[in-house]
Amino acid sequence: MDEALKHELGRQGVIATSMQELYNWGRRSSLWPLNFGLACCAIEMIATTMARYDLARFGAEVFRPSPRQADLMIVAGTITKKMAPQIVRLYNQMPEPKYVISMGACAISGGPFKQGYNVLKGIDRYIPVDIYIPGCPPRPEALLEGFIELQKKIDGQQLTGDNRPRHLNAAEPSEFPIPQFGEHDLKPSKNPDVWHPPLVNISLADNDDSGTA
Amino acid sequence: MMTLEPLKLEIEANVPGCRLEIIPNPSSSAQHSMLIDAEHAVAVATFLRGAPHHRFDYCSNVTGIDWPAPSKAKETGDALEEDVESAEAAATGYLEVVYHLYSMELKHGPVILRMRTQDRATRVHLPSLISIWRSVDFQEREVFDLFGVIFDGHPDLRRLLMWDEFTDFPMRRDYVEPDDYEYEPTAHDKVLLKTMQHQGGTA
Repeated sequence: MDEALKHELGRQGVIATSMQELYNWGRRSSLWPLNFGLACCAIEMIATTMARYDLARFGAEVFRPSPRQADLMIVAGTITKKMAPQIVRLYNQMPEPKYVISMGACAISGGPFKQGYNVLKGIDRYIPVDIYIPGCPPRPEALLEGFIELQKKIDGQQLTGDNRPRHLNAAEPSEFPIPQFGEHDLKPSKNPDVWHPPLVNISLADNDDSGTA
Repeated sequence: MMTLEPLKLEIEANVPGCRLEIIPNPSSSAQHSMLIDAEHAVAVATFLRGAPHHRFDYCSNVTGIDWPAPSKAKETGDALEEDVESAEAAATGYLEVVYHLYSMELKHGPVILRMRTQDRATRVHLPSLISIWRSVDFQEREVFDLFGVIFDGHPDLRRLLMWDEFTDFPMRRDYVEPDDYEYEPTAHDKVLLKTMQHQGGTA
């Protein structure tokens, strides 16, 4: 529908909308996060929900203690390898449509603990992530911005066609394999269907190895 | 910080047959420690806890140290402590457990006890001091988890931080970590070397 016409109708007291707009409006306006935190980022997440920053303004005040009632998983904090299978299991238990915000350096990549023996190098190795929020930890404003970005992303989704969201595409998986505890590492150490490591060109320019000793 | 020489003489008088050794700490902190032998460890600990003018009723910390065989120690070790230790390091290396003791009642301490295993492979048994200080429960489990010291007499010696199926000991110096260096956007130093090795290049 023509935007100008819709605007004019609105001024006359007639609301015109499409199924897609209504559907996306409903989804983005009632994102209920799963009530769990992993480390210090969770403290910032809690602060975001409190009166000063008030995540409730955006429709996300209802933190659900059960994954069955949650739409949004905010992975807030360091993911230990011992915890990673439980995170994937919680994600699998959430009903579609579901979204993941990877909050803070640790949830994105392992952060300052990246080379630790028990630290997972980013939750996107096992589950798809919609929004990454860098920071250590990100301030509540950053989480709010990431949340608004997620709302924009939902608002722009087409319900039909090739770009339709995952939960409307029967061929796309809703659950992802849960890693097993192995003798030396999680098995598998990543889900290659989900995680594609970005190519980083590492070279010792001009054979300068001063930083490698 | 208490001077250890009188304490050493006193323990030797009260725990017959025990072998004690004072390990000096040459740094400015001067936190000298006492090496006790595994056979008499429980008796020494019982004495330190029970003697009315000592009353070390609080074990604040238990930690582990890995001392590999000397050649390896020279490659990886930190210089300060190595000067003290390397001369007497056994050919096979050993694992060491350190206890920090305080007295809540008499408000003194710490006294630092050390125990050493016979090697790093199979003879890694040490007596648990959990019957003396209940607070060492989780800490001895952590040392077991990360260093592989087996505490005889510990009632619940399971891994604490790692999962039960895990077989390595991550805080040992020869720990080989899993090769998950697929993505290192800001690699440098050792991480850069490992990333290049992961990508098939030579360092």
